[in-house]
Amino acid sequence: MTTPPAARPPEIHKEPSMLLQKNMLADYFTRVSKAREEGKKIAYTFVPGNLTELLHAFDVVPVYPEINALQNGMRKRSAKFILDAEKIGHSEDVCTYVKADLGMLLNGNVGPTGEIIPEPDILLLSYTGCFTFMKWFEILKQHYPKAEVVMLQVPYQGEGTPTPAMREYIVRQLRESVIPAFERISGHRFEEDRLREQLRRSAEAEEGLVFALQSARRRPSPIDAYFGGVYYIGPMFTAFRGTPECVDYYDTLREEIQNRIDAHAGPITPEGPMAEEKYRLIVEGPPNWTHFREFWKLFYDEGAVVVASTYTKVGGLYDQGFRHNPDDPLGTLADYCMGCYTNLNLPTRVELIEKYIRDFEADGFLINSIKSCNSFSSGQLLILRELERRTGKPGGFFESDLVDPRYFSAANIKNRLESYLQMLDQRRSQAVA
Amino acid sequence: MTRLRPTVAEIVEQTLALYEDLDFSYVRAWKSKSTSRRAVGFMPVYMPREIIHAAGMLPVGVMGGGDRLDIIKGDAYFQSYLCHIPRSTIELALSHRLDSLDGMVFPSICDVIRNLSGMWKLLFPEKMARYLDFPQNFDPALGGRFYRQELESLRSALSELNALPPQDSALTHSICLFNKNRRLVKALYDLRASKPWLVPTYEAYLLLRAGNILDVEEHTQLLEDYLVRVESEPRKPMDNIRVIVVGSFCEQPPLGLILTLERAGCYIVDDDFVLASRWITADISKTGDPLEALVEAYLKNSTFHSSKFEGSTPKWRHLIEQVKARQADGVVFAAPSFCDPALLDQPQYEKGLEEAGIAHTTFKYAENTGQFQNIREQIGTFSDSLKLWSEAP
Ligand code: SF4
Ligand code: SF4
Repeated sequence: MTTPPAARPPEIHKEPSMLLQKNMLADYFTRVSKAREEGKKIAYTFVPGNLTELLHAFDVVPVYPEINALQNGMRKRSAKFILDAEKIGHSEDVCTYVKADLGMLLNGNVGPTGEIIPEPDILLLSYTGCFTFMKWFEILKQHYPKAEVVMLQVPYQGEGTPTPAMREYIVRQLRESVIPAFERISGHRFEEDRLREQLRRSAEAEEGLVFALQSARRRPSPIDAYFGGVYYIGPMFTAFRGTPECVDYYDTLREEIQNRIDAHAGPITPEGPMAEEKYRLIVEGPPNWTHFREFWKLFYDEGAVVVASTYTKVGGLYDQGFRHNPDDPLGTLADYCMGCYTNLNLPTRVELIEKYIRDFEADGFLINSIKSCNSFSSGQLLILRELERRTGKPGGFFESDLVDPRYFSAANIKNRLESYLQMLDQRRSQAVA
Repeated sequence: MTRLRPTVAEIVEQTLALYEDLDFSYVRAWKSKSTSRRAVGFMPVYMPREIIHAAGMLPVGVMGGGDRLDIIKGDAYFQSYLCHIPRSTIELALSHRLDSLDGMVFPSICDVIRNLSGMWKLLFPEKMARYLDFPQNFDPALGGRFYRQELESLRSALSELNALPPQDSALTHSICLFNKNRRLVKALYDLRASKPWLVPTYEAYLLLRAGNILDVEEHTQLLEDYLVRVESEPRKPMDNIRVIVVGSFCEQPPLGLILTLERAGCYIVDDDFVLASRWITADISKTGDPLEALVEAYLKNSTFHSSKFEGSTPKWRHLIEQVKARQADGVVFAAPSFCDPALLDQPQYEKGLEEAGIAHTTFKYAENTGQFQNIREQIGTFSDSLKLWSEAP
């Protein structure tokens, strides 16, 4: 699952921040494809609990297989990749991100922008919030025997809060295992000041992301915090955090949203500014990427705006106050890794969504249950019940997949969404009567 | 008065009764002997049971509901594309069959069991529910240190259940008892591998499952009895192939499936069923700090498994070693549907086996699968083809 995007569906109505992000991404993929020629080392790594600032401090180029998978999903290339992975023995039952990635590899590792993604020198396994990450990199290691695997185990917040022992474990792994491995492979010495500088810029950009996410408390909300939100988290959750471009991106985004706030305008959809805000919803779970625009359209056609989502927290809960702290570089990386959404236990997830429902004055909440993703999906039916019980707000339940188009039924989702919204209407009219 | 050893038939009858008792009556009876007694359940795959035992409690392995539990409420908690064991486990709890358990431990094996720990907290707030993380870093100073802190924290959570402070001497004593138990389980597995006609897996499996619930000393005695008695059973070798079953470590195959494999011409000479009793592969040190001994055993002497990260060595290396050590003719991948850990490993194993020229076959099951005809045919064909191969000039 886990990831943000920053995609480029055709004929989309684009705001300045989107154009900026599009260019950033294009540059990034070019940088990746040229990294070898420029003598740079390449690390494949995951989005949740990513150590992007640390990689930058070593001048190592990060590649995120999850992002490649989702980008290929948006570009309708994942179906073939998944089938190719199944042809070599991967089960139809397992996470499709893994299969989409493997399929890309089997087809020459041509990335979403048509440029070849070079082999990794390092497989940096930030094992945060998802068991499948371990399996995924075991598989990749077999394909890339020369790559060195570097593991950072991030303990799960089973009891609801991170403990000092967990934090210490992560910091010690960073200091005694991850950093020495990066020094060895990259040939650069670790310079803490370089890391601090990155972290300082991360924190600055994080303010901008939080401004965007919190803007949805307004009526009308100037953003869609799920379908639009996945674009807003793009630079922050991936290769850009800690860079000056990332700070610029969030400055641009802030300005754009402020303009909409000033104009009392709603979110921008791929078909232009959204009409009246009729329903305010919270969404739990990742989106579907293969039919992303179709999925979004079902919402904006009905005047449904997502005012907060959990998916936009897979790379960190900045809205709950976390900021990277340059004064404690390794400690802050540990805190960051532990706090990603899928690393929270179920009761904490319920509390967070409950808070969103109240803080964002939502009419209800929806769960998009992803077949691929046990980390997100297992337990979601109980989340549904708990939230309904605690908030009295109705919940809706959809099922789809991230990048496997076989599990996206537009008609089914449309029906469900329509009847869900009708139910909200009925409740409203009963409340008025 | 000398104790009369039970016969093999009696042991099978007793263990089958324990297996079929979804009400965990044994646990209730065990607890009724003293008001201070507590019982703590744990999910697959591994749990350092010594810690529960040393706290004066009965460790109880909960392995889902098998094929005899009607799922009435459990399905409402899980989507159709998730495996079966969490729904039957929730069913057991909602139908009050787990009421005798004072707590549950959810070891780190996959995200389904991980999330089940949180579901437990929400559904049964009055019961202790702990997630137990295992180290993926095997350096004693890193992963070892973290794991020790996990165990200390579990220990203190347990001591809240009966208000007894943890004692190292008790833990050392428990380690000794479980060492003996593990040695006998190993002897059982070794005997089955050397004389598979003597120890049908149906019986070995029931014995292992009994170890999930019986007090360790009682279980050790049962193993001893079986090992002595089975030697004189009038059982004859058959023309079966020798296979290792892989992938069934969490949601268990129904008993009927194990029988089907045997009847289709297989001697199962190794497997990954009920791993908690075999996870640690050598005696745990009974000298020094007992908690440290548990940590060391995990880091140095635990079996290979899907839930353990294998960063540098090929996943299949251990399996091929096992095939050789057990002189197996082939491998049967039998994984529960939707089991990510098992199913994501499978293609890697297959690749390794193919390179090594070792035959294998694959199917999926659910713990409540009732029809085995297809599997019987598939395994029959697999077995016949291997026999033909071995008979070829
Ligand atoms: S299981 Fe979920 S979190 Fe894990 S890789 Fe797959 S989609 Fe991502
Ligand atoms: S059967 Fe597999 S997926 Fe299901 S809980 Fe067990 S290990 Fe996890």
